[in-house]
Amino acid sequence: SVNPDLASERRTASFSVEKLTTWLDGGAEQTRLRRAVVEAIEGDPVFSRENQYFQSQNERYEAAVRNAVHLQKKMHEMGWSENGPEFKYIYRAVAGEIAFLLHRVFMRSVSMLGSDEQVAKWIPLASQYQLIGSYAQTELGHGTYLQGLETTAVFDVTTQEFILNTPKISAMKWWPGDMGRSATHTVVFAQLYVHGKSYGIHPFIVQIRSLQDHSLCPGIIAGDIGPKMNFEHIDNGYLMLQNVRVPRENMLSKFCEVQPDGTYVRRGSQKINYFTMTSVRISLISGEAILPLMKACTIAIRYSAVRRQSKLKPGEQEAKILDYQTQQEKLLPQLATAYAFHFIDDYLQELFDRGYREIQRKNFDTLPELHALSSGFKAVVTQFCTSGVEICLRACGGHGYSLLSGLPSLYTKIIASCIYEGENTILLLQTARFLIKCFMASSTGQPIPPSVTYLAAVKPGNCPAKNKLDFLHPDIYTEAYQHVAVRLVSSTAAKLQDLIQSGVKKHDAWNQCTVQLVQAAKAHCHYITVKNFAEIVEKIETKAGIQKIMKHLCDLFALYGIFSNTGVFLHDGYISGAQMDMVTASYLDLLAIIRKDAVPLVDAFDFTDKSLNSALGCYDGQVYQRLYEWAQKSPTNKQMSPAYGKYLKPLLHNRLSKL
Amino acid sequence: RRVTMMNADLRRERAAATFQTELLTHILDGGAERTRRRKEIEALVLNDPDFQHEDLNFLSRSQRYEQAIRKSALMVMKLREYGIADPEEIYWFKSFVHRGRPEPLDLHLGMFLPTLLTQATPEQQDRFFMPAWNLEIIGTYAQTEMGHGTHLRGLETTATYDPATQEFILNSPTVTSIKWWPGGLGKTSNHAIVLAQLYTQGQCKGLHAFIVPIRQLGTHEPLPGITVGDIGPKFGYDEMDNGYLKMDNFRIPRENMLMKYAQVEPDGTYVKPLSDKLTYGTMVFIRSLIVGDSARSLSRACTIAIRYSAVRHQSELKPGEPEPQILDYQTQQYKLFPLLATAYAFHFVGAYIKDTYRRISGDINDGDLSELPELHALTAGLKAFTSWTANAGIEECRMACGGHGYSRCSGIPDIYVTFTPSCTYEGENTVMMLQTARFLVKSYTQVSSGQRVTGMVSYLNDLSRQRIQPQHVAARTVTVRINDPVSLVEAYKARAARLVEAAAKNLQAELNHRKSKEDAWNRTSVDLVRASEAHCHYVIVKLFTAKLAEISNAAVRAVLTELCLLYALYGISRNTGDFLQAGILTDAQVTQVNQRVKELLAIIRLNAVALVDSFDFHDVHLGSVLGRYDGNVYENMFEWAKKSPLNKTEVHESFHKHLKPMQAKL
Repeated sequence: SVNPDLASERRTASFSVEKLTTWLDGGAEQTRLRRAVVEAIEGDPVFSRENQYFQSQNERYEAAVRNAVHLQKKMHEMGWSENGPEFKYIYRAVAGEIAFLLHRVFMRSVSMLGSDEQVAKWIPLASQYQLIGSYAQTELGHGTYLQGLETTAVFDVTTQEFILNTPKISAMKWWPGDMGRSATHTVVFAQLYVHGKSYGIHPFIVQIRSLQDHSLCPGIIAGDIGPKMNFEHIDNGYLMLQNVRVPRENMLSKFCEVQPDGTYVRRGSQKINYFTMTSVRISLISGEAILPLMKACTIAIRYSAVRRQSKLKPGEQEAKILDYQTQQEKLLPQLATAYAFHFIDDYLQELFDRGYREIQRKNFDTLPELHALSSGFKAVVTQFCTSGVEICLRACGGHGYSLLSGLPSLYTKIIASCIYEGENTILLLQTARFLIKCFMASSTGQPIPPSVTYLAAVKPGNCPAKNKLDFLHPDIYTEAYQHVAVRLVSSTAAKLQDLIQSGVKKHDAWNQCTVQLVQAAKAHCHYITVKNFAEIVEKIETKAGIQKIMKHLCDLFALYGIFSNTGVFLHDGYISGAQMDMVTASYLDLLAIIRKDAVPLVDAFDFTDKSLNSALGCYDGQVYQRLYEWAQKSPTNKQMSPAYGKYLKPLLHNRLSKL
Repeated sequence: RRVTMMNADLRRERAAATFQTELLTHILDGGAERTRRRKEIEALVLNDPDFQHEDLNFLSRSQRYEQAIRKSALMVMKLREYGIADPEEIYWFKSFVHRGRPEPLDLHLGMFLPTLLTQATPEQQDRFFMPAWNLEIIGTYAQTEMGHGTHLRGLETTATYDPATQEFILNSPTVTSIKWWPGGLGKTSNHAIVLAQLYTQGQCKGLHAFIVPIRQLGTHEPLPGITVGDIGPKFGYDEMDNGYLKMDNFRIPRENMLMKYAQVEPDGTYVKPLSDKLTYGTMVFIRSLIVGDSARSLSRACTIAIRYSAVRHQSELKPGEPEPQILDYQTQQYKLFPLLATAYAFHFVGAYIKDTYRRISGDINDGDLSELPELHALTAGLKAFTSWTANAGIEECRMACGGHGYSRCSGIPDIYVTFTPSCTYEGENTVMMLQTARFLVKSYTQVSSGQRVTGMVSYLNDLSRQRIQPQHVAARTVTVRINDPVSLVEAYKARAARLVEAAAKNLQAELNHRKSKEDAWNRTSVDLVRASEAHCHYVIVKLFTAKLAEISNAAVRAVLTELCLLYALYGISRNTGDFLQAGILTDAQVTQVNQRVKELLAIIRLNAVALVDSFDFHDVHLGSVLGRYDGNVYENMFEWAKKSPLNKTEVHESFHKHLKPMQAKL
């Protein structure tokens, strides 16, 4: 039975939860499909995650490999394919507890970087799992800065082979997933040398383990890099190459080739490489950042409706902690953020699809904008979502720290997204570079991409709001965000120019402005998020109460951003001190309004209990019973600890024996 | 022993320092003699083969518990063997043995024994103290329940007095009343001090403490009527058996209620305690420890991140030149140096509270409790402020180490998971902030009604003066000098005064709307938390600034002054809205502050490594490959990884179990 405290929350929903769910999914058919996939996966006991929190690194790795193998069988059984509409829901359903994700990256990079012959040779082997692939780019000494990689591949004309080497310890490949234990092959990125000349970083297919007995190939030293904060089911690995020879044909050569005589030939545009990075960054936003935040909000908000603590009114029952303003102030902005980013994901996806169509027509014009947006949003979304998940964790009091709450695992996993596929600070600086370039171009009247045209059309004047209700007009707050973004971009551009004009070298000037540049890039992404949210709300049909609640969430997201960054809005007086008090008042009013729909708003995310894997967040709200029963299954309660006999007993009897 | 070379970058950094690191270490320790003694105790532990073990990162939870309990047992014996009895020295010894991690006897030593000392009658001390001192009795302190934490009055466990047998009957009447979280309860303890609602003669007399045996001496099996166990895996705290405890009609003799203050007489008559303020003392003490712990945990994370940033080279700053140390990037400095300054600030604040507590605890014993309320309010807020900041700061340090920070070999994940629960335990932080706010509002109300207040809140007195001579905010002359810490203290003071006043006025406005007191308080609580934060921030800047005057060595004072300025100015730059809105700073000054912060980053860059060296963490204590003193990071990461459990066999068994069959089938 459902806990009455949760049941009552659901009875008073101001909108149809089911309608919101289908709208978020993109239609009733998508919802049906997603639920069918989730049901098939979760109904299969092999994929059960009930013991996940009790498992050691070795056990989790084994389970992930087992899941990956079983998934192949399952897909075959269900008639799902990698290109089918179900596929995007499968990963969501297995909740990432699966091996061989890098195998897919291996296949994608062979497809994108390989010649037709190479694709024909390797892809069938890989899709039949005759080999297991990985992708070895990052080294001990270098991550996001690819040009710094130190692994070498020297072409030997006499044998028509490349000789791969790890010349020093910092050149060792470090972190690639699936490489520590599973992979038989990997794509190694190395500095290419032909006839003593360096040609920069290139990809090579290298076999690292025997296809017969899985032992390491000659010249290969590989293994697992040891325990991490999470991802213990993945065997992130190290790889050292000692005079490993691969045939000339193993260099992936769609764009560059070394001919038998050592002639280096470049063909086609390498811009497409940027496009790959862009596609990876956009694709990870949803699954790796927004979904975990939605899960964390679901857990924390449901639990806050069940947990009662202290009294708000004397003589009454203890209050739900969700009724405390400070608790609302922690959780509801995170909920609004999850929604805001859900829509940004749609926005980026659409932009990406449009860009992709252009690129197929060999038009690369949209690439810089797409690259800048995907970099900036990867950084901003992962950072906001990470801090949101942590806020949810800490809003659950002591029980949040139990692994059985599900929150620590969500957190330790999402934090990795701030680093992988480009360290966030570096990505924001890439976005900033684009913004400064566009701002300069616009000031000399050159055309600039659509997402940044606002930089050219600066409106004079201050915020026109007269009372707190004015701050519930999207025009008012969207313009405030726009104003701040323009101010930060233009003032940083001016400072850069001043420094350069005063004789500071360009790169030094850049480094001296990087803190501001990061701030400007964030302000740009924040502005676009607010603007996009407001536009989405505008377009929703008014029925079923969805528009109204989305409008509240949009207002909350926008005002929360102002409330928590008052300084940048006050700085040049665009928003006055008196107006800032109005912002605060409206913001706090919204918390109380959205409070009423908080539980239905997380219900609409439609996570099953199994996918949340949380004692605190289950749909029926029977929190304490679950926590108690689950804890009893902990191995610490099943196995007799040797500690008692070995250490405690002698300790306890220490004195007795002397008596 | 192989002599390793120090990494050239670190050697260069250390040679360029403008001050002697030991002198600063002495200041942090509270004198050269104390540094000497700390290192002596450290050596006792580090040179003792009994305390050696495998890297904990490679052990399972059960193995980590086992190691911890082994070391705890040894530790207790060795402390006595060495005659170490001073609380601070015990603390050092313990933290070297357990390398800053929790251990299963923490609650026995830190709560069970002290509670016996302060709340047991002489007769009870005779019965329990010596057996507990000798570890025949291992106890824990069972307060938190599944359904209630910080809000103690809500606890549901009952202790009903039965005059017929002169026993208390203990019960866990609901699932939510099951004791949940107490450390050492799951597997280690055989006794617990249980907090329960006392019922006698049909009336509830509120929370009282009872000594409850839970396991059979000898067999260690749970006693009939007791259900006890481990609460399962957590975010860190692997060495601790946090437990649950359920009691079903479990009877204990009347004499097991701790009766130094409140008493139940044989016939069931209840005798009230004299004052309930006494329990404040313990809370103040424990919260002051958390402030110190915030400083130390953040210092450890800074040490790792800053040393690693001096060793790691990446990308290019100047075309054609070698890759620079990442510590040379402004964005990296901006992440790390304000945290370094924060670690120093918190260190001095922790020392201040400890001294103050020590000073007034004499008064407390003499029955003079006058200073206690302010200290209580202050430590509640500072506990929350410092633990929140350190919590976020440790994570920033980890992220500043890029991908390698995420590996457990960096040591930062462990520091984080060990530290982060302090945002919740010993009083949930938001609740703590609201306690401080209650004191601030009370002080404000006193000032409004013409009384004067003293101590850290005395700045509120100025508000009443302003009211007598009303002055428009904008008309106030701005006199902040951004290079003068004393002037910055005034700026923080003005900000705190304004936010306290605003919160108090909003609260009054809500009350005027005829809201109930509780409702009005709730509807103002976001403002109240902001006011408390501003107050705490002011106190910290003030204490850091005051510390500068005590430093006699000019070179050390210079570098600490830079850190103090950075701490104060960075705090302004992150909260410019408050200073702008209150008219404390102008737009132009805010721009100057932002600029000055960046200049200070470049200045502190020169001494960054020396400043973390001064924290003087031994490599063993730091537990980090990235933060090694010698800076030989990469080769040691490789050595470390080779010991990973997944690498125990060349071919993992999953290959034979899963991979091979699949490849055969396809």
